[in-house]
Amino acid sequence: MAALTQRAGEDNPLAPRSKRLGEKVILAVLFACGAVSVVTTVAIVLVLANETIPFFRDVSWQRFVFDTEWQPFGSDLDVVRLGIWPLITGTMHVTVIGLLVAVPIGLAAATYLSEYATPKVRGTLKPTLELLAGIPTVVLGFFALTTVTPFFRNVLGFEGIDFFNSFSGGLVVGVMLIPTVASVSEDAMTAVPNALREAGYGLGASKSRVALRVVFPAALSGIVAAIILAMSRAVGETMIVALAVGSRPTITLNPFVQNQTMTGYIAQSVGGEAARGSFQYEALFAVGSTLFLMTLALNLIAAAVVRRYRQEY
Amino acid sequence: MATTTTAPTTDRATFEQPKHRARRELRIRLGLQAATLVGVVVLAVLLVRVLAVGLEFLDWGFLTSLPSRIDPSQAGVSPGLTGTLSLMLIVAIGSFPLGIGAALYLEEFAPKNRLTNLIETNIANLAGVPSVVYGLLGAGLFVGILDLGRSLLAGGLTLILLILPVIIVTSREAIKAVPNALREGGLGLGATRWQTTYKLLLPQALPGMITGAILGLSRAIGEAAPILVVGATSARFRNSSPLDLLEQFSALPINIYNYTFDPDPTFQAIAASAIIVLLGALLLMNGIAIYFRNRASKGVR
Repeated sequence: MAALTQRAGEDNPLAPRSKRLGEKVILAVLFACGAVSVVTTVAIVLVLANETIPFFRDVSWQRFVFDTEWQPFGSDLDVVRLGIWPLITGTMHVTVIGLLVAVPIGLAAATYLSEYATPKVRGTLKPTLELLAGIPTVVLGFFALTTVTPFFRNVLGFEGIDFFNSFSGGLVVGVMLIPTVASVSEDAMTAVPNALREAGYGLGASKSRVALRVVFPAALSGIVAAIILAMSRAVGETMIVALAVGSRPTITLNPFVQNQTMTGYIAQSVGGEAARGSFQYEALFAVGSTLFLMTLALNLIAAAVVRRYRQEY
Repeated sequence: MATTTTAPTTDRATFEQPKHRARRELRIRLGLQAATLVGVVVLAVLLVRVLAVGLEFLDWGFLTSLPSRIDPSQAGVSPGLTGTLSLMLIVAIGSFPLGIGAALYLEEFAPKNRLTNLIETNIANLAGVPSVVYGLLGAGLFVGILDLGRSLLAGGLTLILLILPVIIVTSREAIKAVPNALREGGLGLGATRWQTTYKLLLPQALPGMITGAILGLSRAIGEAAPILVVGATSARFRNSSPLDLLEQFSALPINIYNYTFDPDPTFQAIAASAIIVLLGALLLMNGIAIYFRNRASKGVR
């Protein structure tokens, strides 16, 4: 459609003599709709900065980065501990466990749906997985806290598991990510041209060899992008971890004890002590900025992987 | 020569017996099938568990009562249910025109330049921003700078911004699916570009757009994190109506969140009842979306 605008220029004898005013107004309105998204991004950055900058006026960045405890409660700024690391390691617990669940299962599901399933089976399984993706995360959080954790504690008798723990949260985050990993990497695998598969069969390869050694590597860029996107969603997931992981951030390797993520801290602390203007309120935005930068970096890397390594068939 | 004595047995799979090969193929196939079913099984367990626990408290009184922390039989989700309906209304009014307008601009009118490119990259990136960060945006901008309070309006505006990228992307798909012949026909008859867009494209693309918009809306009403950060609570003030824009508000996901945290298992059962209500609403909306999608695929091609 862009070409039409250019042809309707000055030197075109068929161009209307007077441009209609109404058309211009409508165009301006539609442009404004498109611009809302840019304004949103600018607003996110400004709002985060607006509270994060005062935070770092009170708290040195060294303290934020190097302190190993996060205990922001109380009014005395010299006593509270404001090191971001416990929240980051808590986030990493959930992300790593989630990916350990979602990547193998999601990739296997993608391989099955793209290479093995008949159209009929595919037509039933895909919408069911989409249904899983549509379950609100607060519902999954309920599931993690009231079903998954009791299952491990009572049914399997794991005494060492806290009521709140990053293990259950991570498992359920992994389940939430299965549809993401499966559908993005299935798209990449379906895009691999049939000529490659036929070449594999022609050389005497079996079905599984073609799927795992021909199609899978050919779709690798899309698969890597799917995994990074899943990682970004795990880092940003809030309600599952707010319900199931707890509220005591700790630097530990043990996934069975209570912990807290960056998102969990934000969700759990807004109602409490964090009145506007207090350093707790500013700390929310400092944590939010860290979270925003991490997910932005992951999303940009995923986009770059797709752009850089995409095979055009 | 030494090379002839080393038999090429390095890759056993190449020369394995057909019987072994068939068995291995079957194993891999079953493994992949089993992995695909994991998600489905978890979904089934989740639904069975929620229904088993939650049906007990689900009746008309549950939908019309206020939340209670004392007597489970009196507890309800009326503020959450009405709050969710109010939020839906606000989000629909705000996000559909904005999203469809942006999609029309990008598909039909935008020149191919750096500004357009910036808008497109930007929408893709916004879709990846965690919802809790939108909550901070709402808390900082609508509650803080614009001073709307922890109100229904602040929550609604936050959700509008949250689902805008989803609505733009699906609306663009719907517009792309309209055949070019319609555009050329309209312009060829001397219609202006807006007349062509409004009278020819929009009716064709509308069912697809509605599908996307409803799916976006169903995502919005399931979100708890952003409105929790903006300041949604379990109940609203006794005398306020569900549509008081500047009053304290609630929503079903918030009710679920608060009931789940209750140490008393009875109240966790009430959370399950609230989940049934929420999932029922989502199922209804998805049904409507699928109805429009089927109408869209029957349309003129």
